Order: sequence, then C-alpha cells, then structure tokens
Amino acid sequence: MDMSHPVKLPLSLESLPHRQVATVAAIDWAHLSTPEARRLRELGFDEGVGIEVLHRASLGRGPIACRIGRMTVALRRAVAGAIFVSPVTH
Amino acid sequence: MTTATPLVALVGNPNAGKSALFNALTGARQKVGNYPGVTVERHSGRLALPDGRVVDLVDLPGAYSLDPSSPDERVTRDVVTGTQTGERLPDALVVVVDASNLDNHLRFTLQLIALGLPVVVALNMFDLAERDGLTLDPKKLSEELGVPVVPTVAVRRRGLEELKTLLGGIVDADAAIRLRPSNHAIGEDIVTLQRRARKIATAATVAEAPARRWGHAFDSVALHPVFGLVLLFVILFAMFQAVFFAGAAPADAIAAGFDWISGRVKDVMPDSVLRSLITDGMIAGVGAVVKFLPQILIMFFFILVLEASGYMVRAAFLMDRVMASVGLSGRAFIPLLSSFACAVPGIMSTRTIEDEKDRLTTILVAPLMTCSARLPVYTLVIGALIPNIKVLPFVGLQGLVMLGLYIMGVVGAFVVALVLRRTVTKGESSGFMMEMPKYQMPRLRDLAIGLWSRAEAFLKRAGTTIAFTTIVLWALLSFPKPPEGSPVSPVNYSVAGRIANAIEPAFRPIGFNRDIVLALIPAMAAREVAVAALGTVYAIDSASDQDEAKMAQTLHARWSLPTALAFLMWFVFAPQCISTIAVTRRETNGWTWPAFMVGYLFALAYIAAGAVYWAAIGLGL
Ligand SMILES: Nc1nc2c(ncn2[C@@H]2O[C@H](COP(=O)(O)OP(=O)(O)O)[C@@H](O)[C@H]2O)c(=O)[nH]1
Ligand SMILES: [Mg+2]
Repeated sequence: MDMSHPVKLPLSLESLPHRQVATVAAIDWAHLSTPEARRLRELGFDEGVGIEVLHRASLGRGPIACRIGRMTVALRRAVAGAIFVSPVTH
Repeated sequence: MTTATPLVALVGNPNAGKSALFNALTGARQKVGNYPGVTVERHSGRLALPDGRVVDLVDLPGAYSLDPSSPDERVTRDVVTGTQTGERLPDALVVVVDASNLDNHLRFTLQLIALGLPVVVALNMFDLAERDGLTLDPKKLSEELGVPVVPTVAVRRRGLEELKTLLGGIVDADAAIRLRPSNHAIGEDIVTLQRRARKIATAATVAEAPARRWGHAFDSVALHPVFGLVLLFVILFAMFQAVFFAGAAPADAIAAGFDWISGRVKDVMPDSVLRSLITDGMIAGVGAVVKFLPQILIMFFFILVLEASGYMVRAAFLMDRVMASVGLSGRAFIPLLSSFACAVPGIMSTRTIEDEKDRLTTILVAPLMTCSARLPVYTLVIGALIPNIKVLPFVGLQGLVMLGLYIMGVVGAFVVALVLRRTVTKGESSGFMMEMPKYQMPRLRDLAIGLWSRAEAFLKRAGTTIAFTTIVLWALLSFPKPPEGSPVSPVNYSVAGRIANAIEPAFRPIGFNRDIVLALIPAMAAREVAVAALGTVYAIDSASDQDEAKMAQTLHARWSLPTALAFLMWFVFAPQCISTIAVTRRETNGWTWPAFMVGYLFALAYIAAGAVYWAAIGLGL
C-alpha cells in the first residue's frame, strides 16, 4: 500500500467524533427530501462553514445536536449522514 | 387616498425576539385573532410614535425565508408581499434579527429589504451578543444594508425609543399609493444570499471571541442519554403533580361557584322550563367545562416556561427516537403528554409542530391519551365491579386494571399514528431538524400575556360552541315532559330516552344495556358527566359519599363483569368530549378532521368494547 497517498474516505457528520471541529466539505442534496434540503440550507448549512458534533441522543439511533456557525441545530442521523465534513487539524 | 392608521409588521427568523419586542412595544393593548382560512394566530396592537402618530403593529410568524414551508411562513410571505387576505400591505417593516446569530438572520433580512418596503432593522438580543463575546458595529451594518439599524434588548426594553423614532421617520403618511413590492430577491438563490449575508455579518463584526459555550455544560446533562431522561422525567413528574394536586382545589371552587349561581337562580325564579334551561342547561354545562380552566392554565404555565426557557426543544430531542418509530416527530411528545391532563391544551400546543401532517396526526391521536375526565368514570366502575384483591403483594387488581386502561390508550395512540401516517396523513416527513435556542430565563410578563391569551381562547369557546351544545343536550334530556302521574321517569320519557331505545339494539352486541346507552348521551358533553348521568338513570340523586357507595352497589347489582369491562373499553376510545371536538375544529379549520376523528374513535370504541365483552364471556367471567 502506498502510504504517501492515503485514500481520503469521505467522513460524514454522523461519524464525526464528538467535539472534533470540522468544516462542511459537501452536502449530498440528492439524498435529502425537498423540505429537508430547504430546511438545511435555511439553517445555514453550506460548504466551508465550521461544524462540530455536540451531543448525541440515546445510545441508539437518536438525533444529534451540532454547532453550525454560531447556532446549535438538532437533526436526525439520516440527514447527518448526507453531510460530509473535513476535520480541522491544528 | 386613505387615512387609515399606518400598518407596521414585525418580521424575522423564529426566536429573533419578535414577540418579546411586540409585547414591549404594545403592552397590554393587543389583540389575538386568526388569519382567515388558516390556523395562524394574528397578534396585533397599537403603538404611539414619538411624534404623536399612532400605528398598527402586527407580529408576524417567524420565517427563515420568503419560500414558505409551513402555513405560518406562508402567512408571513403573503403579508409582506401584500397578498394575504384579511391584511393590507404593511407601510413599513421592522426586521428583527438576533445579534448573536447575524450570519443566519441577515439572509432573510436581505430578502425582506429587497421587497422595497421601508425597513428598519432591530438588532435585537444585543445583550446576548455581548455575553457571547461579540462586538458589533450597528453603523457599519446600517451602511452595508442601506437601512437604519438600531440595537435593542426587547426583554429589558432597551432601544425602544430610538426604534420608535426611526419608525416615525420611515412611516410616510402620504405614501398611500406606493409601488407593489418587487420580488426579485425571492428568486435569488438561497446559497448566494447566505454567502452575501455572511460577508455583511463579518464586516459588521468588530471583534469576536470564540463562541462561549453558554448552556453547553447544561446541555451535557439535559441531552445526556441517561441523565437527560431522568431530568425530563423529574420535570414531567412535577408538572403532573401540580396539575392534579394544585389544580384540584380551584376546580372544586369553580364547580361550587357554578352550583351557587345555579342555586341563586333557583331561589329567585319559579320552577319553569326557562329556569331549567338556565340552571341545568347553561350554568351546569358551562360550569362542567370551565371547571377545567385551573388545570389547563397550570398545564400551560409549564408548557410556556419550558418553551420560553429553551428546554422544550431539548425534550423533543430526547424523545424524537421514540416518536419517530410511529412516524411522528419529537415535537409531538409534549402535546401528547399534556393530553394526559386534558386533550384541549394538548391539541392547542401542537402549534409548535411545523410539519402539517405531523401536527394533524398528533391532533388526531391526542384524545387517546387518558385525560383526567376519564378518572371519575374509571374509579366508579372499577370500584364497583373489579374485585379488590391482591394479585401480588402490594399489587392490587383494581390498580392493575387502571394501569391497563392507561397503557391501552398509549398503545392505541401509537398504533393509530402508525396507521394514519401510512394512510390519511401520508406524506414525506420533514423529519426533525431544528435550531436549539439558547437557554433563557422566562419573563413573567411574557408568561402572563401567554397565559391570558390561552385562558381567553378557552373561555370564549366554553361560552359559545360548548354552551350551545350543552343546551342541545339538555333539551334532548328534558323534552318532552311525561304527563302528570306517569310512571315513566322524565329522562326515560325524553327524546334522549327515545334515542336510547332506538339505538340500544346496536349496542346490545357489545354488552351495553339501555341504561348505559342513555347515560352515554349526556356524557357526550364531557366524559365525567357519565357518572352523574348514571345516577340520574338509576334515580340516585346528588353525589354525596353515601350516594357514591349506593351507586357502586347499584352497578354491582345490575352490571355483569363483561359489561363493565366493555364500558371501560368504550371510555378508553370514545370521543366523549365536546371541548375536544370544538378545539379540533378550531385547530384544523373545518369540520372534516373533527368528523374523521369522531368517526374513527367511535369505531375503535365499538370494536374494542365488543372484543373485550365477548372475550370476557368466553373466559366465563
Ligand atoms: N436576552 C434577551 N432575550 C431576548 C431578547 N428578545 C427576546 N428574548 C427572549 O428570546 C426568546 C425568544 O423570543 P420571542 O419573542 O418568543 O421570539 P420570536 O420567535 O421572534 O417571537 C424568549 O425567551 C425571549 O424572552 C433580548 O433582546 N435579549
Ligand atoms: Mg413569536
């Protein structure tokens, strides 16, 4: 395996580690319903915006709470799975 | 040219502080109405400008953009574009933005400014921005936006005078003929607008400390998978304790008050049909409903506090998983829970559910939650016919049956929600996606105004629809009068008695006798009326303790156990409550959904009662 060119797997918001600061890399709009997509845009989800997972409800498959810009937003995991992020490394 | 008072609309994102600003500007001089054809409340009031002119102020529903995704947002768009029926085009807009969240709020502001109406921006929550370590430059923001900007703190009444002065400057009395608003920014792509908004926000921000995690520490507990649920449970426990215990005494006092009025009327009026109409019809009927006011207000007090403090969205967050399993959203949790006290406040509080179909489903299943009016009926029948034995140490059979009835209601609601979501209220769910507001100390003044408007809405309904229906029921039970010396009792001789005779065969298969059918007719007004109605049918008069015992004996002697169980099942499902039907009509704007609700609930009640009756017979009970 060539380690100098690691395959960059797209990381979704759903699997972003807790409290890891990231930016929105891409949003898979095709995987979202029209109302979901619109709401997401209205809440300020856009490429390049800072994002971080703050809380996850129930150990199972409950919604997650994330910080987007200066706001805290709750969304379901299915939606979080359509949001791809790139972690900010210091 | 019109000389009408100028109209100014408050508009902005949800949670920008529009209502707080509206309350601060208009005080008690406000009216709550409804926009025609939709269940969107219209809050309006009057405001005196510093120059002495008076303007009408309306508080528009919060919206994220001019592209509406709920009935509320549609009203907002239609008002600001002058296309809403029942509202004229505003002469000016006060755009309210959350200073601590400019990025997001400025996008809608840009859309609104582009409409071309005179605009002043209230840079609200200036205190929270400072708390978050943001230093903003209102002058710079004003330059960037091209409209006047004034920092405000609605809840501390800061910046109000300046806002009014600026408003005086843009409300032009002679501008009766003005161009229709232009629509060009509505078409502008939301992403482009958002980027422009972010640029402006950055330009107006002088200094920015990294967002201080105010409230995040608390959220670590409030949203915790275990501690969060414990906290939620404790809050709900306190709420129900308050509703049932603190609410009981004032409810009794109100009932006593209505009895007293009724007694006075009986003192001064000779016995006549008119007196009976006033006392047994009107006073008793309205009293039976108004009696619930204290409990409803206590319930609403909690709901308003939970909502204003920002906790409500957290509760929805915790419960979303469970609610999603039956096709509802976390937002349905609190309304359904409130329905355990009374479906009326429960249904009224579904307004916080954005998705129309989610909301409708929640309204339709709310009556399945075991409300407090069922308790007297359950208590009477269980006490009379279920043996008072222990099935396990500390576990009595009576208590177990009572618990079973509660569980039956919840399971019923979940199953019905699942079925409805796949049939009549089918549709793409907009899911659960919402801003979690910052924690706030609720303001007493806003709570008082909120409670008052609920009380008013409830009493108005009690005074109109409910009074009317109880009078009709009274008439059915009172006429015609039996001839002098007839052995038939007045109730049996009345129209209701005859209706009972006619429909009794339909109820025989589910084990109901004619007495039960007759008692169910007046109990259409409210479930607990069934207790008094059974008393009337069995000719037991007032409801003293001794008579209650007598009543239990009577039931024990006349009802079989299968009949009693069928009767209990009936009360789990049947829509025996006029207030609920009336509030459903109001909240769904028409008779279609209340009719559907009544239909499916009666059908369920009939099937469930029948099934239990025959199962019990089969088991040889
Ligand atoms: N600290 C602070 N809180 C505010 C201010 N304005 C409103 N609030 C609070 O913010 C919350 C949302 O306000 P509300 O008026 O209901 O927002 P609306 O959705 O725009 O009508 C309420 O708890 C208000 O008490 C403000 O200027 N400063
Ligand atoms: Mg409001």
